[in-house]
Amino acid sequence: MKRNFLTILTAIGLVTTTVVGCSTDAGGNNTIKIATQSPLSGSSSTLGEAIKLGAQLALEENQEKFKKLGFTLELVPYDDQGDPKVGVANAQKLAADQSILGIVGHLNSGVAIPASSTYENNSIAMVSPANTAVELTEQGKKSVNRIVARDDFQGPAAYGFATDNLKAKNIFIIQDKSAYGQGLAENFKKVAEQKQAKISAYEAITVGEQDFNGVLNQVAAKKPDLIYFGGLYGEGGLLVKQAREKGLNMPVMGGDGFDSSDMVKIAGKGVKNTFYTSVAADISNTPEGQNFVKKYQAKFGEKKAVQSFSYYGYDSMGVILKGLEDSITKNGNKKPSREQVRDAIRAVQDYQGIATKVGFDAKGDNKYAKVFVFQFEDKYPGKQVGVIEKQ
Amino acid sequence: MQEILSTLPQVLLDGLTLGAIYAVVALGYTMVYGILELINFAHGEIFMAGAFIGTALLFGFVDIGLALNWVTLVLVLIFASLLTGVIGVGIERVAYRPLRTAPKLIPLISAVGISFILQDVVRFVAEYKTGNYIVTGQTIFENKIAIPAFSVGGYEVHASAIKSNTLIVIGIAVLIMIVLDIFVNRTKWGIAMRAVAQDRATAALMGINVNKVISLTFFIGSAIGGATGVLYAQQYATINPFIGFILGLKAFTAAVLGGIGNIRGAMFGGLLIGLLEVFAAANLGILTGGALGAEYKDVFAFIILILVLIFKPAGLFGQAVKEKV
Repeated sequence: MKRNFLTILTAIGLVTTTVVGCSTDAGGNNTIKIATQSPLSGSSSTLGEAIKLGAQLALEENQEKFKKLGFTLELVPYDDQGDPKVGVANAQKLAADQSILGIVGHLNSGVAIPASSTYENNSIAMVSPANTAVELTEQGKKSVNRIVARDDFQGPAAYGFATDNLKAKNIFIIQDKSAYGQGLAENFKKVAEQKQAKISAYEAITVGEQDFNGVLNQVAAKKPDLIYFGGLYGEGGLLVKQAREKGLNMPVMGGDGFDSSDMVKIAGKGVKNTFYTSVAADISNTPEGQNFVKKYQAKFGEKKAVQSFSYYGYDSMGVILKGLEDSITKNGNKKPSREQVRDAIRAVQDYQGIATKVGFDAKGDNKYAKVFVFQFEDKYPGKQVGVIEKQ
Repeated sequence: MQEILSTLPQVLLDGLTLGAIYAVVALGYTMVYGILELINFAHGEIFMAGAFIGTALLFGFVDIGLALNWVTLVLVLIFASLLTGVIGVGIERVAYRPLRTAPKLIPLISAVGISFILQDVVRFVAEYKTGNYIVTGQTIFENKIAIPAFSVGGYEVHASAIKSNTLIVIGIAVLIMIVLDIFVNRTKWGIAMRAVAQDRATAALMGINVNKVISLTFFIGSAIGGATGVLYAQQYATINPFIGFILGLKAFTAAVLGGIGNIRGAMFGGLLIGLLEVFAAANLGILTGGALGAEYKDVFAFIILILVLIFKPAGLFGQAVKEKV
């Protein structure tokens, strides 16, 4: 009985794949498809869907233009579930569909890195709206690009803001011994040491603990004028709260691990003098941003709140379409090959998106990527108080 | 030296607060071990459940418009400890009593199982009710007491601040410990408990209802564990279903340090571990010239534990147990 059931399941699976396969093969020679890969289910599906919808908006706005060139644009959304295995399986599926010429994705660096090998082998261009892990572009892949800043720029950016805007001269660094927190703190420390700033201590706490009074007593003794914390909002929030309770009111700065509404909930009123860096801008206050929000909600409904990744999804798609257009022109208005599109996208030098300007360097990193500094007032999200550009 | 001394009052106070919490939780471990020779690993989760019950009650009080003051704190403490006491008795009845004659390892495993169940039940309920299992509760006493800077014998001590809640935590914890000590040493039920701990079979022959005494022990241990959970939630404001794990481990260590099975030993062990931990976190960097930082505070505390156990294997207050015949 059980075996019968399994056979039926397998049969259904086979049929479905064939049907899906057929449908993706359909469409004439003049159909160009762009895929998105982001988590559309699971805990980070809000962000994954924001990427997809942003990309969809950009694609649909450009359909007219490509129609005039003689091509039909189509969006193929894939759900990578935030899981490397699923991401790679999807990558192989979409590599088999020859009409797919570009990919917007992923949300998670852990998924993007393994999937990017498949893209590279099949010469499909990928533009990432969200991945910050350094090694993504360090392997010299021709098809991998990103429009956001890298992790190793967050530390220097935070240091620049701390010394220029907050006038910090004596900095106390605390990290949480995790890969993320320690990496962030060490990047920060490296820059500070190069610039010969005074680091009064480099200490660590343990994730999962709740009493940080010991290390805070050390802060009280060293009297720094800034605490830099490498870690997430859970420990960060408690650290800020307990520091304020001890009467330690100096600014506390962290990375995008602070970028959560729980940070405000946990730290309470003490959150005020807290700063964090993020690779995603908040452009909801600019005219372009407001215009985008209007378009977005007119299309997808009022309930779909615009996330900052919506802008980046939109811009990633914009860059791909720009490269696609260039390669079509170059190819004498004929459908370009994957290699041509890939090289044309890498060649984009000054594309003006709504959230960021894009120009790729030899590795596929965005030359214009910036890091944004936010300050918590008493609600989430924080107010954008600084923009730091790469030198 | 100057740096160590300048923060010493703060370090002592923080260490005492953390230590008082460890001590009261350690009591639960040591009482159950004393009577059943069972390490009740679910005790850390009972503490956590107490923290959540207390937080939920406070949210409820705010909803029906009660003012948050002394009276509400006492009410919450009573309700939460009654509930956790009942949970403790229930756990004993379901997970330990049927296994009382089984090899010692078996109830240990069921204790670990119970703690997973409690963690996930609380996580499920918290997530269902608030959308997030990390819960930030109401704080009743939020005011701070400022301590001005002063100098002793040429050493300057920093100005600092403590929460009034810190004093409440220490006060109530000490009160619980004194009452428990009197109960165990001076009352009829206390004598019965000690008798069962000494020799269960003989105690039964002397007309003591052993099952009742064991249930009572679980009730008291869990109730004070739950009450400590309430105090903890007040002190740190943010709780999650996994706070019981690390804290339970350290409280258990405190019980071993003091001599497991010994109530005064558990109190002393808890205070000592708390003080050592905060002292190490604040001063390890200074003592080692920056080579070892605050992250080694647990290593430091556990080295002390190992040293103590090498020279006094039964713990600081423990007596070498005679083989039961």
